Formats: sequence, structure tokens, C-alpha cells
Amino acid sequence: MSFTDAQIQRYSRHIILPEVGGKGQQKLSRAKALIIGAGGLGSPAGLYLAATGVGTLGLVDGDVVDLSNLQRQILHTTASVGASKVESGRRMLAALNPEITIKTYQENITAANILMFLAEYDIILDGSDNFSTRFLLNDACYFAKRTLISGSIFRFEGQLATIKAHEGYPCYRCLYPEPPPAGLVPNCQEAGVLGVLAGTIGVLQAAEAIKEILGIGETLADRLLIYDALEMKFRKVTRPKDPRCHLCGTHPTITDLSGDYTVSCAL
Amino acid sequence: MIKVRIPTPLRPLTRGQGEVEAKGASVAEVIANLDSIHPGLKQRLYDETGELRRFVNIYVNEEDIRFLKGKETALKEGDEVSIVPAIAGGR
Ligand SMILES: [Zn+2]
Repeated sequence: MSFTDAQIQRYSRHIILPEVGGKGQQKLSRAKALIIGAGGLGSPAGLYLAATGVGTLGLVDGDVVDLSNLQRQILHTTASVGASKVESGRRMLAALNPEITIKTYQENITAANILMFLAEYDIILDGSDNFSTRFLLNDACYFAKRTLISGSIFRFEGQLATIKAHEGYPCYRCLYPEPPPAGLVPNCQEAGVLGVLAGTIGVLQAAEAIKEILGIGETLADRLLIYDALEMKFRKVTRPKDPRCHLCGTHPTITDLSGDYTVSCAL
Repeated sequence: MIKVRIPTPLRPLTRGQGEVEAKGASVAEVIANLDSIHPGLKQRLYDETGELRRFVNIYVNEEDIRFLKGKETALKEGDEVSIVPAIAGGR
């Protein structure tokens, strides 16, 4: 596959980077990235992956655009209120880069459909808004041997980790063994969030995904990045693999997706 | 004194402060001391059996105490303790 003149011009600022080059740009154009949630994190991540020229982007989201989304979900415009998020997102991404393939799925991720999705993509970005989906994605990506870029946000704080448990790195359960029960940790969209925080973490997810595709740089495969927007502090902490992990430890008890992934919405 | 970083969800207990100071030679002692200054903190961090909740991590500097000596992990002057709960927001 070779690039057209227009593509060479479009991606020229990448191609002149020794770490990317023509070969790296080819890798990007052959890559297939699945974005779970076309919302706060999925919007900036999707925009940059599209601009970057990641060849196939999948968008999964069952929701429609609400006026209260627009404070942070920059894939959508005021004119899209009421439209499906994945369709609104597809329009925006296609306008930005018509050279790439965009696939949309207007549904939510479940234990029944997740493995079919993963089969078609190389790398997954978690921009979901609940613990059920986060634990389900962690487990499914481990079984399907897919790299998962996990980002999450709450009020003024964000967390970011690259999950490659199938390559011997820790999984999300090594970091947090179990989701919280209702009432202890807020996890609903009703919780406030600084709009631009979604941009910061979503763009960092895109950066990590691009580095994974290119195979360059330091990864967050054994670190957790914590960002505090109020104090303007980034911190990296260690994230060891837990030999007692129920999923990826030495005596796993989770061997398929038949477990209970329901977690009540907690505020 | 040990500097303790408080995550957003627990800041209502520390009157909004993101960073507080406490005394203690181990993580358990620092948490106990913090709970005496900011009642309710311990209950948010520990379950009924007194173990650290499984969706809350405590780091000493950059190390997760579950991979050190847990709550008995020793602290020395200048160490920084961070409480980091799982967060799920994204949409
Ligand atoms: Zn694990």
C-alpha cells in the first residue's frame, strides 16, 4: 500500500519524524482502533486518532447526544443534540479525515458482544463511564489478547494506564481487584467533571495508542498516571502484576466472561 | 510529619484539602491519626474486617502498599502517602 500525494502531504509532519517515518505512517494506516464510548474521552481520542490517520476507527456508544454532553464531548455539536452519538461522531471524524474507515455501533458493550468487537480490532480505548464496562473490557481484552488503553476521569482528576496483561504486564484487576459496591465511589455521569479534563486524558489515551501501534517510546504498561488538574500535578506510580490476581495471576478464578459484571451506579 | 494526598472523592472529609499532614511510623498509624483529625476517613478506606478496600490503593511515594507490607508498611520523615481510589468516569 502506498500513499497518494495528498496523503503524503496530510501526514508530512509525521513522516518527517524519524520515529514515525513512512513506515510508521503505514502502520498507523493499517491499524484498527476501537473506541468504547463516543463521549468525554472518546471524543478527543477519536479526533486525534482520525487526524493521525489510524486507518480504521470503530465507535461504540448506545446513547444520543444531550445538551449537557457538549461541555466536554467535542465530537458533537449543538446541531447534533438528539442524534445518535456514533452517527454524530462519524460525521465529525469523516469531515476531519475522509481517508480513513469509520465503523459505528449504536449499542452498549456486553459480555455477549464484546469478543466479536475485539476480534475486528487491534487496540481498544476505554472511554466508558462505569465500572461494569471497565472490568468487562479488562477481562475480555486479556482473553482476546488485545491492548487496552484505559482512561478515567472524575471532577478534576484523571487516571491513565495501558493494559497489556496478555504480554505479562499487570491487568486492571491487579491495580483494583474489585469494583466498588454502590455508595462508596461515585461513578455516574451525574458526577461533575471539568470538561477540559476529558480532553487531557482522552488525548493522552490517543498518544499511548499511537505509541503502541508504532512500538515506540515508554509505555504505561506497568505504571498508573494520575493527573490532578486543580494542582496541576502529574504523578506516575508503580503498578505491579499481582500473582494473586483472579484474572491474570497464577491461579486464576476468572476464566471466561460468564461472571457478574453488574455494578450499581454509585454516588 | 507525613504528607498525605487526599483524592477528590474524600476531600469533603478534609474540608476540601487535597493534602494534609499526619503523624505515624506506619501507614496504619498515619490513617488512624488522620481519622482522629478527620473522622470518617478510616471507614471509607477499610472494610468491615479492617482490610484496605479492594478499589482503593494507598501508595508510599510511588509504591502500592499491597505489594509492600500493606498497612504495616513503615514510614519515615519525608515519605508521601497517596490515597488513590478507582474512578470510572469517561463519558
Ligand atoms: Zn491481573
